[in-house]
Amino acid sequence: MSKGTLFDKVWDLHTVGTLPSGQTQLLIGLHLIHEVTSPQAFAMLRERGLKVLFPERTIATVDHIVPTDNQARPFVDTLAEEMMQALERNCKENGITFHNIGSGNQGIVHVIAPEQGLTQPGMTIACGDSHTSTHGAFGAIAFGIGTSQVRDVLASQTLALAKLKVRRIEVNGTLAPGVYAKDVVLHIIRKLGVKGGVGYAYEYAGSTIEAMSMEERMTICNMSIEGGARCGYVNPDAVTYEYLKGRDFAPQGDAWEQAVAWWESIRSDADATYDDVVVFDAAEIPPTVTWGITPGQGIGIDEAVPELEAIPESDRPIAEEAYRYMDLEPGTPILGTKVDVCFIGSCTNGRISDLREAARIAQGRHVAAGVKAFVVPGSERVKKQAEAEGLDKIFEAAGFEWRDAGCSMCLAMNPDKLQGRQVSASSSNRNFKGRQGSSSGRTLLMSPAMVVAAAIAGKVGDVRSLVSEPATAGN
Amino acid sequence: MTQVKTVAGRGIPLKGDDIDTDRIIPARFLRCVTFDGLGEQVFADDRAQLEGAHPFDQPQYQGAQVLVVNRNFGCGSSREHAPQAIARWGIQALVGESFAEIFFGNCVAMGVPCVTVTTEGAQALQDAIAVNPQQIVTVDLNTMTVTCGDLTVPATMGDGPRQMFLDGNWDACGQLVAQAEDIKATAANLPYFAWSA
Repeated sequence: MSKGTLFDKVWDLHTVGTLPSGQTQLLIGLHLIHEVTSPQAFAMLRERGLKVLFPERTIATVDHIVPTDNQARPFVDTLAEEMMQALERNCKENGITFHNIGSGNQGIVHVIAPEQGLTQPGMTIACGDSHTSTHGAFGAIAFGIGTSQVRDVLASQTLALAKLKVRRIEVNGTLAPGVYAKDVVLHIIRKLGVKGGVGYAYEYAGSTIEAMSMEERMTICNMSIEGGARCGYVNPDAVTYEYLKGRDFAPQGDAWEQAVAWWESIRSDADATYDDVVVFDAAEIPPTVTWGITPGQGIGIDEAVPELEAIPESDRPIAEEAYRYMDLEPGTPILGTKVDVCFIGSCTNGRISDLREAARIAQGRHVAAGVKAFVVPGSERVKKQAEAEGLDKIFEAAGFEWRDAGCSMCLAMNPDKLQGRQVSASSSNRNFKGRQGSSSGRTLLMSPAMVVAAAIAGKVGDVRSLVSEPATAGN
Repeated sequence: MTQVKTVAGRGIPLKGDDIDTDRIIPARFLRCVTFDGLGEQVFADDRAQLEGAHPFDQPQYQGAQVLVVNRNFGCGSSREHAPQAIARWGIQALVGESFAEIFFGNCVAMGVPCVTVTTEGAQALQDAIAVNPQQIVTVDLNTMTVTCGDLTVPATMGDGPRQMFLDGNWDACGQLVAQAEDIKATAANLPYFAWSA
């Protein structure tokens, strides 16, 4: 059993008591809500005559359903409009802050909370969305919950939970040029499997992780759930504090010094005990692309779609299903696979640093004929910042569409969808069957830089050949 | 609240590993403010592609109450719409090799037990149900077994969730709310509750 880890410390500090079932009643420090998983929870509260216990500890935004090309109200989609109105009404009636479209603060829930400084080390954070693991980048224990649990948090600010085990995942060394945080996490999931993390919290550590920016750490923690781990975190350090300082909801004045001292105290001890430890060498991680229908079906850009014999026996049925669905022959190199749609965005890779790197590669180049490519900033703030830096102009000149903030084609609950059997190169997090809005649509997950490479070539490309040779003079 | 000690009913086998919640209920059906009607849409795309050959469409499995699945069932999105859709179709208990954690937690909160069996156990149950779909499958949380005719398979479930079903406390909301004073005391000891909000 783990001892002395950040997970243990934060868990203990938030334990209200032990329930008759033996489970822990855990206090939730920050609750984030959005339009998809909250309306039924508010309805349940009303049915039971319950009130929101700490309305100031719940923050709302709208992200999944919002159109990214025309956000005029009422939405063309009447179902989306109904959800929007339900969220507006529920927030108003319960005194919950709502970052609505046009407020300047709207965006994907996992982008806006960090950028406003709401997400802080040592917190417990819950949201009715599996990618809540993103917030673990700050040294928070953050995890997704279902709607009945959203109800529980609204009513009591607590959840009934069983404690997780802790696996330390160390990544050491320097990443090669053209290899990004996205490749690191796709590599980890490839090696540990999509259910390897069930029952675990993942602690990401090692020199590679420590050298990463907060936004890179968010990309890693974001996809913990794709490896089966409900939450993943990085111990807070100087990079964390530097990112937080001065943000809207970060502690100010004397409270800042107290905060840093407290954040330091909740870091995993040097002699902490883990339930498991896994070590990776950064130098061995290639630009990684998924070929199949689970995020664990990834390969290096120089590799071929694996032969059935090379796959562990227990993974063969899903591999065979993937060959059929993706229409990819085992043994075929993934490099050169034709793509139809290129999507840059999502809570995994829709932050300003993602867009800067994508724009750097897109500059002076052009999207291939017949390819639809679009960039969806993760929030209104990311959009504004990108436009201030002229990134929108670079993308547009390169043939990408420049959109408004939202979840967009990551899950296609909005007008952004694949059509028919189209293949997408996507910076998002899931390549499940039908995920991107067409029941036969196909998704190849990769880093935003690799999505640009694919857009330019019209097929899966190797970004390493582009990062080393700038297409134009200047930056 | 209702105790859940056993669930007995006809079974339905659904083969396949890593069946994610997008497949259980595609995102377009999440454009709703209630869970009503989700039962009809469960596995909508998989069913359309199989043109009647999906177990949820096959006549012999209509009215089934125990769903037997394989590995990592319910992975992906946290959407409670997924177990809600399964439950509203008529399923009252799931048996599988393993379940994704958020999916499992959602099922607990809905009073739908998910018990875990071995790979061989799941396959044997799926085969037994396919051979005789009329046979009653019993999920027993007291004895932690799943039986189907002559076949009895040992099952596991975490102690906490199991106790919640046996005691009828699977809906934790009332218990949680009752601790308001302790909740506030715990919050008062956390420095960050004073820094903001």
